[in-house]
Amino acid sequence: MGTYEETGSAALAGSRAEDAAQPLMTEGDVGVPAADAPAEPTFAGTFFDLERAQLDLIDRALGSIRVHGAPSRTTSHATWQDDRGMNDRVKKLRHQSETTQPYLDMERALIETKTYLAHEGELSQPELRGMVLRDYFAEKTIRIEPGELIVGEKGRGPQAAPTFPELCCHTLEDMHNMNDREQVNFCVTEDDLAAQRDIVIPFWCRRASRERIMEAQTPAWHDAFEAGIFTEFYEQRAGGHTCLGSERGAHAGFDEIRGDIEGAIEALDYLADEHATEKRQELSGMLLALEGVQVLATRYAELAGRMAAEEADPARAAELAQIAENCRVVAHGRPRTFWQWIQRYWFIHLAITSETNPWDAYTPGRLDQHLIGYYAADVDAGRLTRDQALELLECLWVKFNNQPAPPKVGVTLKESGTYSDFANINTGGITPDGADGVNDVSYLILDCMDEMMFIQPNSNVQISRKTPRAFLRRACEVARAGWGQPAFYNTEEIIDELLNAGKSLADARRGGSSGCVETGCWGYEAYPLTGYFNLPKILEITLNDGVDPRTGKRIGLTTGDPRSFSSFDELMDAYLRQMDYFIDIKVRGSNINTRLCAQLNPVPFMSLMTEDCIARGEDYNAGGARYNTTYLQGVGIGSITDALASLKYNVFDERRFTMDELLGALAANFEGAEYVRMKNLVSRRTPKFGNDDDYADAIMRAVFDHFHDAVTGRPNMRRGEWRIDMLPTTCHIYFGEVTGASPSGRLAGEPVSDGISPERGADTQGPTAVIKSCSKMDHAATGGTLLNQKFAPAAIEGEKGLDNLADLVRTYFDLDGHHIQFNIVDRATLIDAQRHPERYPDLIVRVAGFSEKWCNLGRELQDEIINRTEQAF
Amino acid sequence: MGATPTIFNIQRFSTHDGPGIRTTVFFKGCPLRCAWCHNPESQSYAPELLVDSSRCAGCGMCIDACPEGAIALDDGGRARLDRDRCRACGECVDLCAQGCREVAGEPAAEPRELVEQLLRDRSFFERSGGGVTLSGGECLAQEEGYLAELCSRLHARGIRVAIDTCGDVPWERIERLLPDVDLWLYDIKAADDVLHRRLTGSSNMRIWDNLGHLARSGAAVRVRMPLVSPVNDDMACIDATIRLLLERVGTVPVSLLPYHAAGNGKYRRLDRVPREDFRVPADDELASIRDRFLDAGFSDVEIGG
Repeated sequence: MGTYEETGSAALAGSRAEDAAQPLMTEGDVGVPAADAPAEPTFAGTFFDLERAQLDLIDRALGSIRVHGAPSRTTSHATWQDDRGMNDRVKKLRHQSETTQPYLDMERALIETKTYLAHEGELSQPELRGMVLRDYFAEKTIRIEPGELIVGEKGRGPQAAPTFPELCCHTLEDMHNMNDREQVNFCVTEDDLAAQRDIVIPFWCRRASRERIMEAQTPAWHDAFEAGIFTEFYEQRAGGHTCLGSERGAHAGFDEIRGDIEGAIEALDYLADEHATEKRQELSGMLLALEGVQVLATRYAELAGRMAAEEADPARAAELAQIAENCRVVAHGRPRTFWQWIQRYWFIHLAITSETNPWDAYTPGRLDQHLIGYYAADVDAGRLTRDQALELLECLWVKFNNQPAPPKVGVTLKESGTYSDFANINTGGITPDGADGVNDVSYLILDCMDEMMFIQPNSNVQISRKTPRAFLRRACEVARAGWGQPAFYNTEEIIDELLNAGKSLADARRGGSSGCVETGCWGYEAYPLTGYFNLPKILEITLNDGVDPRTGKRIGLTTGDPRSFSSFDELMDAYLRQMDYFIDIKVRGSNINTRLCAQLNPVPFMSLMTEDCIARGEDYNAGGARYNTTYLQGVGIGSITDALASLKYNVFDERRFTMDELLGALAANFEGAEYVRMKNLVSRRTPKFGNDDDYADAIMRAVFDHFHDAVTGRPNMRRGEWRIDMLPTTCHIYFGEVTGASPSGRLAGEPVSDGISPERGADTQGPTAVIKSCSKMDHAATGGTLLNQKFAPAAIEGEKGLDNLADLVRTYFDLDGHHIQFNIVDRATLIDAQRHPERYPDLIVRVAGFSEKWCNLGRELQDEIINRTEQAF
Repeated sequence: MGATPTIFNIQRFSTHDGPGIRTTVFFKGCPLRCAWCHNPESQSYAPELLVDSSRCAGCGMCIDACPEGAIALDDGGRARLDRDRCRACGECVDLCAQGCREVAGEPAAEPRELVEQLLRDRSFFERSGGGVTLSGGECLAQEEGYLAELCSRLHARGIRVAIDTCGDVPWERIERLLPDVDLWLYDIKAADDVLHRRLTGSSNMRIWDNLGHLARSGAAVRVRMPLVSPVNDDMACIDATIRLLLERVGTVPVSLLPYHAAGNGKYRRLDRVPREDFRVPADDELASIRDRFLDAGFSDVEIGG
C-alpha cells in the first residue's frame, strides 16, 4: 500500500474562495510553485509585490521541507511482528511510532508566517491566533497511515515536531543542538535550517514572546534566573496545561459549540459593557479556531473517502469508509459511537497542541467515564466487542506516542528534558455525583497501558475510598512491570485540595491531576505552572550572606554572617527572609509574563473547550476560565530539610562542630582528611527527612509552611491566586548542578531531592517511614506533590507482594498523601543499562511525573535514578 | 544471656516474617550456630564491629581513633582488627573515609519506649493485617521479663505479635508469652538429631518437644524450614521431618525457606569464613519438596517467607 499524503492547498483555496475579502486569496498564492516561477523572488515593486514575493519564498520552502521523509531509529523490537500490541495492526502502528526518529517539522512555522504576513495588524490578536490555527489545519500535510483507525497528526506524520516561533524563535545554533545532542534530539535537515534562517528567524526574532518576556524583567530577576534560583515556564512555552472536563468539552458537537459562541456574540451588550469589543474579538477568534478543526476533520473525511474508493482490500476499504464517516460526523455533530468519540477527542487534542505550545499537551481527563456510555451502548447494540474497544484504545495510545513534546533548549530543556508531552490520563476515581468511577472501560485502559508500555500517554490511576480492591490490585500488577505507570493518585486528597482552593464540591469532583501531578478542575480551570523554585540554593545564598559562591555575585539579601548567629532560629529567620525576597522576584516576573502571554498568545480553541470562556467572552490565558490558579513548584524539600537539620543538630544542638568549620567544609566540598569525620557525621548520623524522625520532619514542615504561606493567595493577574506544587520534572538535576555542597553531606553539583522524596540515600528506614515523613506535609494545602519510590522486583513479588504494594498505596492515601509512583527495577539492571545502552533501547523508567526511555536520559539523571534508595526487603 | 537485650536491626516494611506489612525486631544473640546462618552478626549477644576490608584505603585514621589500640595495618596496607581487644565502641566508624566500618547491635530501649517506636507503622499494620514480629538471633533467649513486657504492651495497644523462634529455649519462656502472641513462626532444621547437632551445634530434642507443647496449647503455629543443599534437602531428610511433624503437631502451615548466600559478605566483615559448600536448592527440587508435603496432607505449604 502506498503512502497517502496530501497538502491542503486545494482545501485552503476552497476555504478561501468562500471568503473573498481576504487579501491572500488570489490564484497561485499557495501550493507548489508553478514551473515557470522565477528562480529568485525579486523584492522590487509595491508593498503587495513584496508580500507576494515573501509568500512565494515561503511556499518554496514548504515544498523543499516536505520532500524529506521521516528518519528512523532502532528499538529492541527488530520487526513489527515482535513489537507489542494486541494484534498485527497495533503492532505495526506501534512499531512505526517507535522506529520513527522524532524530527523537526517546519510546516507549522512557515504556514503561520504566511498568516501573519497576510493578517498581522489587520486582525485583533485573538482573531489572528484563531486564523493561524485555521490556516494551518487547512494547509498542513495530512496522511492516513496503513491500518490506522484513529487519524490525524499534529505535524506531517508520526514523531514530527512542529515549532512555535511566536513563543520561541530558535537560533540556528539551537537547531544544530537539537539535531546533535545525545538525548531528546530531533532530526533537522538542511532545508529546515534554510527555512529557519531565511524566513522564520527574520520574521519572528523580534516578535517571539520569549524576547519580550526577557526584556520585561528586572536585573534582580535576571541575576536570580541565571543563578538557578528559579526557572520560568513562559520562557519558551505558553500558558497551558489542562484537560477535557465539562459536558460541552467532552461531548458537544462542533456545530453546537459554534451556536454557543454565536449566541454569546449576540448577547454582547455594547451599550453597557466597556469590554464588549474585546469580547467580540475573542469570540470571533474562537469561531476561526473552531472552523479550523472542522476543516481538518472534513479534509480527513475526504481523504479517507478517496482512499476507501481506491483500496483493493475490502476489509480495509470498509474501515476507511467508516473513518470517513466518523470524521464527517464529528466535524459537525456529537459523536455517536465509542470510535467516533475517540476520533473527536483526537481532533481536539491536535487543535489544542497545534494552536500553541501548551506545555503538558492536553488530555481526555477521565477517559473511562467519558467513554463508558458509548461503550455500553455499542456493546448492547452489537456494534463493538471488548477486543475492538481495546484495539481502538491501543490505536489512541499510539497517537499520543506519536507526539513528542515540542523541542526545548537551554534552561527549559534542563527543567524538562524529555520527549514526554505530559498527556496524563486519569483512570478510576469518582464520578461528579460522588459514586465510584471505576467501570468496564477503566479495566480496558489498564490492559491497554500494560500492553502498550509507552512513555506517552502518561497514564495514572485515581484511587478513592470507593475504588474496588480488584482495580487497585490490577493497577499494582501493571505498575509492577516496573516502568512507572500507572502512577497512583488519591482522589479524596485531590478533592480536598480543590475545595481548599475554593471550588464547589461538584467541580472538585470533576478534578484530577494533569501534567506531572498538578491538581486542577478539568474543563473549568486554567492552572499553569510558572517555574521551579530552588529551595536548597537559597540556603546556600543565606550561608554566604546574599552572595552566590558559584559566581561571587551578590544576588540576595544581606542577612548577616552566619558565624555570628547564636541560635538556629536566627539562621532559620535569615533563610526564610531570603526565601521571601526571591519569591517576590519570581511572582513579580511571572505576573508580568502572565499578562504578556494573555496579550500575545491568546488561545481561542483552548478557550472554547474551557468553561466559562465563551460565556465571559474571555481567553483562557486572560482569566476566562471559571477558576484561575497559578502554580509555583517547590523543588528540593528533602535536601533543604536535611541541610537545615544538619545545621541545627550539629552546630547548635550537639555542638559537634562550629558554623565556621562547617562553612569551611562546604567551601572545600568536604574534600580532605580533616573533613572525613564531619562528612560521616552529617551524612550518616544526623536526622534526615524520610525516616519518620520528627526532628527532621518538623523542619520540613516549617520550610513547607513558610513557602506555602509566602506564595498562596497572592493575586495572579488572571483574577485568581497563586498556589504551590511540590514537583521537579527533571529540574532537580539542574538545580543540583548550580548548588554547592550541602550541610547534609550532599556534594556540589549532585542533584537535589526530587518532588517530596527524601534526598537520595537519606532514607534508611524503608518505604513506610518515607510515607510517614511525607504525610507530615499538608498535601491538601498544595496543588500536588510527587513521591518517587524505587523497589527491587524481589521486594514485591508474588501475590503477597502485590497485596503489600496495594496496602502501601492505601495507607499513604489514608494518611492524606497526594501521589506515589514506583520504579521497580534492579539497581544492577540500571547499571548495566548505563554501560550498555544499546542492549536496553526500550527500558523505561519513572523520572518524576513522567516516564522516559532510559537512553533518553542524561548521565546525571541516570545516576540519580540508580542512586535512589532501593527498597529491598 | 544479657540483662538488657541487644537489638541489631528494626526493620520496617518487613514482608517475609508473618502476614501483611510488619515491623520486625531483630535481637542479637542465639543459642544455635547454624552453619548456613545468613545473619552471623546475630549470633553473639554483644555488639560487634563489622569491617569491609576490601574497601579499606589504608589511610590509618581508624588506628589513631581506637582507644583500645586494637587496629593496625596488615602487610597488605589494610587496617586489621584485633577482635579480642575490640569493644565495638564505634570510635573508628566516623573516621573511616570509605565508610567500611559499622557497629552491629545496640542496647534495646525500655519496652515502653520501644513500643512507641514500633507503633509508628500502626496505620500500615491495620491496613494490611500486619503487626510486629520479634526475631533474632533468638528473641526468646533474651531477658525474659523484657520480652514478656514488650509483648504485653504491644497487645494492649492492639498490635498483633508474631514470634520467630528456633525453639531451643526452656518451655516456660514460651508458655509465659502464649497469651500475648498471635502467631509462632517456628523454625525446624532436621528431624535427625545427629544431623541437627552437626549443623547447628545443638540437639533438637527440646525444639521438637516445645513444638509439641505449643501445638497442644492451641497457639497458631507456622513451621519454617530452611532448605539448604546438600545438607537437609534430600528426600530422606524431608520425609523424616514430615513424619515427625505429623507425629508431633499434625498438618500445620509450613514455609519452606530456600537457602541464600546473601550473608556471606557479613562473615568476611566479621573476620569469619563463610561456608562456600552450600547451595540454593533448584526450583524443581523445591517444587517436589512442596509436593511431598502436600501429598502428606499439609494444605498450606509456601515457598519463601
